[in-house]
Amino acid sequence: MSSLKRSQDPKLDDELKLQIGERDGIRDKLRKMCRDNHLAALSAIVICLFIAMAILAPVIAPYGEAEQDLINRLQGPSAAHILGTDELGRDVFTRMLYGSRISIAIGILPSLISLIIGVIAGLTAGYFGGAVDYVIMRVADVMLSIPSLLLAMVVMYTLGSSTVNLFVALSMTGWSSVARVVRSQTLSIKQSEYIEAARSIGVGKWRIMIRHILPNCIPSLIVLFTLNVPSAILSESSLSFLGIGIKLPASSWGLIVNQGRQFLFTQPWLCMAPCVAIMIVVLAFNFLGDGLRDVMDPYMQR
Amino acid sequence: MKYFLKRVIGTIPVLLGVVLLIFVMLRIIPGSPVLMLLGEHYDQATIDRLTAAMGLDRPMIVQFVDYITGALSGDLGISYKYSRPVTDMIMESLPYTIRLAVMAALFAWIMGLVTGVIAAVKKNNIIDRLFMGISLLGVSMPIFMTSLVLQYIFSFKLEILPMTEDGTFLSMILPSIALGWNSAGSIARMTRSSLIEVMQADYIDTARAKGLLRGAVIIKHALKNSLLPVVTMMALQLSSMLSGAVITESVFAIPGIGRLATTAIQNRDMPVLQGTVLFTTVIVIAGNLLADLLYSVLDPRIRKGD
Repeated sequence: MSSLKRSQDPKLDDELKLQIGERDGIRDKLRKMCRDNHLAALSAIVICLFIAMAILAPVIAPYGEAEQDLINRLQGPSAAHILGTDELGRDVFTRMLYGSRISIAIGILPSLISLIIGVIAGLTAGYFGGAVDYVIMRVADVMLSIPSLLLAMVVMYTLGSSTVNLFVALSMTGWSSVARVVRSQTLSIKQSEYIEAARSIGVGKWRIMIRHILPNCIPSLIVLFTLNVPSAILSESSLSFLGIGIKLPASSWGLIVNQGRQFLFTQPWLCMAPCVAIMIVVLAFNFLGDGLRDVMDPYMQR
Repeated sequence: MKYFLKRVIGTIPVLLGVVLLIFVMLRIIPGSPVLMLLGEHYDQATIDRLTAAMGLDRPMIVQFVDYITGALSGDLGISYKYSRPVTDMIMESLPYTIRLAVMAALFAWIMGLVTGVIAAVKKNNIIDRLFMGISLLGVSMPIFMTSLVLQYIFSFKLEILPMTEDGTFLSMILPSIALGWNSAGSIARMTRSSLIEVMQADYIDTARAKGLLRGAVIIKHALKNSLLPVVTMMALQLSSMLSGAVITESVFAIPGIGRLATTAIQNRDMPVLQGTVLFTTVIVIAGNLLADLLYSVLDPRIRKGD
C-alpha cells in the first residue's frame, strides 16, 4: 500500500506519511502493531503455534488417539506421559492435541460464518434503510438479548448434540454484533461524496456495497473477528463441559475437562491441563484483538 | 419523559421476537414429543388422545398465540417430565439464582471498583500492572475453570468452605466468587480506563488547585463521572452472568434456573427449557431497559441527543 520507500527509522516513516497525508494500509498497520506492541505480536505467535499443533496432531502426538494402557491408569506427569494419563490409561497430552483440533476450529469457523452473515445483514440494513433496516436490526436485537449460552442450548436441544450442530449453534449466535458495527459504518460512509459519485455514474447497489463500502469496514471486521474467536471457544468448552456440546468419541478441551472432573481431587491435572490450554488461547486472542484495535481503529467501542 | 416512553415501547417488538424465535426453534425438531413421552408401548388412539390433550394438533400460529396469552398471565405450560406447571418450577429455582447473582454482582463490583481505582491512581506502576494482569486473567478464565480451581483450593486443600451449596451463607461464597470473577475483571479494566480519562479533565485540575485533597478529588469528582460507562456495563454483565450461572450452578449443585435449563435438555423437557430461556431473557431485557433509563437520568446529554 505504501508508496513511500521505507527508511531506516520507522518512526520517521510515520511522520513523513502524516505530512503528505497518506493513510496507513492494513499491512502497514499490522507492521506497526508488531513493532510497538510486543504482547500482541507474541500472542499472534502463540496462536500460530497452537494452530500448527492442532494441524500436526498426528505427527506430534507421542501415542495413538485412542491408545489405552490400562496398567498405567491415572498416572501423574512423567517423562513417558508429559501430562499424565487418564482413567483408561490414555496419554492426556495426546488427547489434548487431538482435542485442540475441534476446540480451535470451533473458535475460528463459526466466527467466520457469523462474520459473513453479519456483514451481509449490516450492509443491507445500513444501505437500504427503512423497513429492511428496521426488521434486520430488530432480529439482531432479539438475538443479542437472549444470553448466548442459553441460545446455543436451545439450538443444541433442537438439533441434538454433535460436532456439526455445535458449529451451527455458535455460527447463529455471533452475527448480530457484527451486523450492528457494519450497519453504523455503512450509514456514515453512505453520506460521503465518493459514494455519491459512484452512484451518479450508474454503479449498481451491490457493487457499491461490496467494492466501495465493505473495504472501509475491514479494519473493524478484523478486530471483531479476533475478539469473537475467544468467546466462541469459551462457549464450546462450556457446552461440552455441561455435556451438551461435543459427543464422544470426538474430543475437545471442554469435554476432557468434563470427563476429568470426577478426578479433580485425586488427579487434578486431568481437568486442569485443558483448562490452562483454553485460558492461554483465549488470553492470546484477547491480547491480539486489543492490539489490533489500537492500530486499526482507536475509536472503536469495546 | 418522551424518551422513557419511546424506550419502553421499543422493547415490545424485541420481546415478541424473542418469544417467537424460541417458540419456533424448539418446535422445528422432527418427531412428536408425544412419542417420546410414551416410550415403547402405545397405540394410535393413545397418540391422538395425548396430542389433542397437549394441544399439538392445532396450527402452530394458534399454539403461539395461546402460549403468549398464557405467558402474559403467568402460565408457561406443563413440564413433560414432571407434569407440573413450569411457572412453579421456575419460581422454586428463582431464589437460588437471584441469591447467587446478587452475591456475585456484589463481589464483582467491590472487587472491580477497588482494584480499578487503585490501578488508575497508581497508573503504570507495578501495582497497576499486577492488578490489570490479574483482571485480564479473570476475563480469560472459563467459568468452570474458576469454579474447579476454587473448589480444589478452598474445599479440598484448605477445607474451609463447603464444596456444594447447602443453603448456608458460607456455601454460597465459592459459587459467587466463581461467577463474579469474570465480571470483576472487566469492571476493573473499565473503571481504570474511564477514571484515567476523567482525571485528565480541566475541572480535576481546578479542584486540585482549590486545595482539595487528592483522595477527595478522586472520590467526589472523578469517580462520580467515570462511573457512567460502568453503569451501562452492569446491564451487559447481567446477560453474561445469567449465562455463567448455568455453569456455576452445575458445578456447585445449586438448584437454580440454570440447573433447571440443563436438566431440561437432558430430560428432553421442552416446556421447561422454553420457560427458563424465556424468563431469563425477559430479565435481561428488563435489566437493559433499566440501565438505559438510569443512564439517561445520570447523563442528560443522552435525552437531548435523542
